Amino acid sequence: MSSTIFILLRQELLLSLLIFLLLFIKIGKERSNESILNIINVLLFINLAAGLFGSSEGGAFNGMFTSNAFIVLEKNILNLAMLLISMQSYAWLKNHKQLAEFYLLLFTSLLGMFFMISSGNLLMFYLGLEMSTIPLAAAANFDLAKRKSSEAAMKLILSSAFSSGILLMGISFLYGTSGTLSFDILTAHISNNPMQLFGFILLVSGFAFKISAVPFHLWTADVYEGSPVAVTAFLSVVSKAAVLFTFTSILYKVFTPIATLWYSVLVVLSIATILIGNLFALRQDNFKRFLAFSSIAQVGFILIGISGSSQAGSASLVYFVLIYVFSNLAAFGVVSVVSALAGKENISDFKGFYKTNPFLSWVLTIALFSLAGVPPTAGFFGKLFLMMAGAAKDNYGLIIFASLNMVVSFYYYLKVVKAIFMEENETPIQKLSIPKITQLAMYICIAGIIITGLASLVYDYIYSLSIGI
Amino acid sequence: MNLSLLILLPLLTALLILMSKQLAQIRVIGLVGSLAQLGTAGWLLKLYMDQRAAGNTATHLFESNTVWFKALNINYHIGIDGISLAMILLTSLIVVAGILVSWTMEKLSKEYFFLLVLLSMGAYGFFISLDLFTLFFFLEVAVIPKFLLIGIWGSGKKENSAMKLALMLMAGSALVFVGLMGIYYNTHTFDMVEIGRMGISLGVQKFFFPFVFLGFGIFAALFPFHTWVPDGHASAPTAASMFLAGISMKLGGYGCLRMAALMPDAAHSYSWIIILLATIAIIYGAFATMMQTDLKYINAYSSISHCGFVILGIGMLNKTSINGAVIQMVSHGLMTALFFAAIGMIYSRTHTRMVAQLGGLLKAMPFISTVFVIAGLCSLGLPGFSGFVAEMTVFMGSWQNPDGVYRLATVISAASIVVTAVYILRATGKTIMGPISNEHALLPDATWNEKLAAGLLIVGILIIGLAPFLINQLIMPTTDFLMINIDKALTLK
Repeated sequence: MSSTIFILLRQELLLSLLIFLLLFIKIGKERSNESILNIINVLLFINLAAGLFGSSEGGAFNGMFTSNAFIVLEKNILNLAMLLISMQSYAWLKNHKQLAEFYLLLFTSLLGMFFMISSGNLLMFYLGLEMSTIPLAAAANFDLAKRKSSEAAMKLILSSAFSSGILLMGISFLYGTSGTLSFDILTAHISNNPMQLFGFILLVSGFAFKISAVPFHLWTADVYEGSPVAVTAFLSVVSKAAVLFTFTSILYKVFTPIATLWYSVLVVLSIATILIGNLFALRQDNFKRFLAFSSIAQVGFILIGISGSSQAGSASLVYFVLIYVFSNLAAFGVVSVVSALAGKENISDFKGFYKTNPFLSWVLTIALFSLAGVPPTAGFFGKLFLMMAGAAKDNYGLIIFASLNMVVSFYYYLKVVKAIFMEENETPIQKLSIPKITQLAMYICIAGIIITGLASLVYDYIYSLSIGI
Repeated sequence: MNLSLLILLPLLTALLILMSKQLAQIRVIGLVGSLAQLGTAGWLLKLYMDQRAAGNTATHLFESNTVWFKALNINYHIGIDGISLAMILLTSLIVVAGILVSWTMEKLSKEYFFLLVLLSMGAYGFFISLDLFTLFFFLEVAVIPKFLLIGIWGSGKKENSAMKLALMLMAGSALVFVGLMGIYYNTHTFDMVEIGRMGISLGVQKFFFPFVFLGFGIFAALFPFHTWVPDGHASAPTAASMFLAGISMKLGGYGCLRMAALMPDAAHSYSWIIILLATIAIIYGAFATMMQTDLKYINAYSSISHCGFVILGIGMLNKTSINGAVIQMVSHGLMTALFFAAIGMIYSRTHTRMVAQLGGLLKAMPFISTVFVIAGLCSLGLPGFSGFVAEMTVFMGSWQNPDGVYRLATVISAASIVVTAVYILRATGKTIMGPISNEHALLPDATWNEKLAAGLLIVGILIIGLAPFLINQLIMPTTDFLMINIDKALTLK
């Protein structure tokens, strides 16, 4: 019995171990930042590798915690993203005084996400969610000297608290009408009871807040802009992915009886999200704000995939998130390097970038093409499969809307490419020397962008694990 | 023979280009690679004709079908028939010519040749695909190289033109995608052969045909979605213009044809709209050309008019007209590539493309002027050149349609040839004949690479023009087969 728990929770346990190791490193003898960073990256790599081996199915703590191959896969994707972010922030963290604390916060948040994804009970879910959000607010404040950074942290914590409140209220309504918090039992009690529907809507609003779906997106841009690039990357990739995974599994597992209802909710949310995300992304000059709004639009596409509520739906979600990890982190990697070494964060600063930094330019270009969904990058497959999953419901109006919006999004991604390659600049960003490890991370991202799409293996594997309604 | 070779060769060439350093090395690799493609295409033609002569009546030869995304029933299904083979030959000829005219491209030469080769890969992949998803994949692969080629190496308001082109083509693909989704969820497969066999129900055809046809129509400069053509072509560097007009617009025409064959009922009932738009494109393109003063714009607008014939032929939906549409695609591809090559040669020497500033070029550059005249004559449909054969076949086909409105459309389209003659002869007269200005008098004539490029294209034009039975032999059996299926579907209703 006890050994099975160890196997079941091995990713969580390993991460907790990392947290304790970090504490020891912090109170141990003085080390240079470089050596700590190297140790952490190696540890993260081990953490990722250990997760890849084997998977086990089952539950623990009276069904509070569940795991299966699909959930393990989702956690592995998050581990991968964590590793890539860490490798890419090398240049920024090298000179940061509170390095260990920074990782402590991110690891704790990641641990919370793991519990949230594995939750089999609304209580556990809420616990995981809070555990993942609160450290992030502290991390958002990690550009200690910048006023904007603390503003971002403040906004994040306030809006999170607000959304948690809404979520909690939804949970209490559900509990009040069904008398249980456990997912398995709750399903049987879900009906069109108005009280329950109200609870459900509140729950969805809470989720929408966390994935910054319109109209719950207002915090996103400011927080992304103010936070350090590493935290922004974490927020937009890891945190969003974790909540999306959980959201989908709760919708598919618990709320199956009212599937037609949440289908229309998802459609409305996705239309609003894509539209607003795109419209605002058109006008941004700050790169982080730009990526914030583009990621809002991406979430809209993801919601279309989820709305398909089939096996292909959840498969395309995980597949897209994997691709999104590679493409978005490649983009953030370049922004992070440029921000740390040249101190520039605006798209207009990237004019003429190709002349001075061809490698970074190509990385950024390929990443943006993947985000835009242009073949042969993986983003093409990711987005198409999401829409294919959504089209299964015969809602072609939605598909027409989404494909035309892909053209709009294409415009703003191309605008950046245009600035990089075609526009002149009197004071271009100078030639940057990128840390080796960051370069490696970028190569991994590019390889991921190319291979994940063309090699059908990846999708087939994800599909074989995923479950629809 | 394995058709994937047509994708692997450009891919290999592109990778080798990425690894090499100087222009001298890069262009040699590019040329060798493109010659290998041409050789492969020629060899493929021989094998294909041998098989046909041996009595192989399968619709598609050299077929191979590999599972790609198993869960979604997406297959890498490739194979060729006469029409796709004609397109492949066209592509390979233009690629060689395009590489040759870019021989002295100094600016970022590695990236330039890489993108050119990538573009050709997309075209080959498109023409050999029998699976709609694969087809769509390759269609979009070809968009990004165009954007970068125009935006980085172009002239004039290149950024705007590049953006306009990319967005309009993306909008086209978005429409195609919607249509594909509709087809997929009603037949549960992307396989064109299979879909052709089982047919698509009438309601689905009626709803989704406009999407796919308009989508591909944007690529083929269908009126009123032609606006990307003039700016895109005029701003692009020479080789990119050749690729755009010669290959890329053919993706659209080819796609329209395949879609009409897949959904014959819808194509039949919407044929009057198709024909109306095509006729407008033909006439409007011709008159718009008359107003142009820039040689590249002249050719770009005349491309709209010429591509209108392709759409017209498809819209008429009978054997002769479809045959004509295919020949027109090949012919226009060669002719317009030749035209852009000649304009590029003139521009690189005189640094102007304005008709008013040119004149008497025949005295300074006899070879280039001759090429220019040949392209012009082919464009206005002089017998002996491919343009005549193509347009004649389209008219003969469309006249077979006894309906009064269709006859009228045919007459109007045929009348456009007069307009074509006016603008071509005027442009030729002003640039080639007459007195030459002093600064142009001493400019050098074509170099060996330019001569070779032009020669290749002219040979193609002449083969079709003088011996049209050769190309008919290649594509006739395929159009026969297409029409049998289409007629069967139409009489059933």
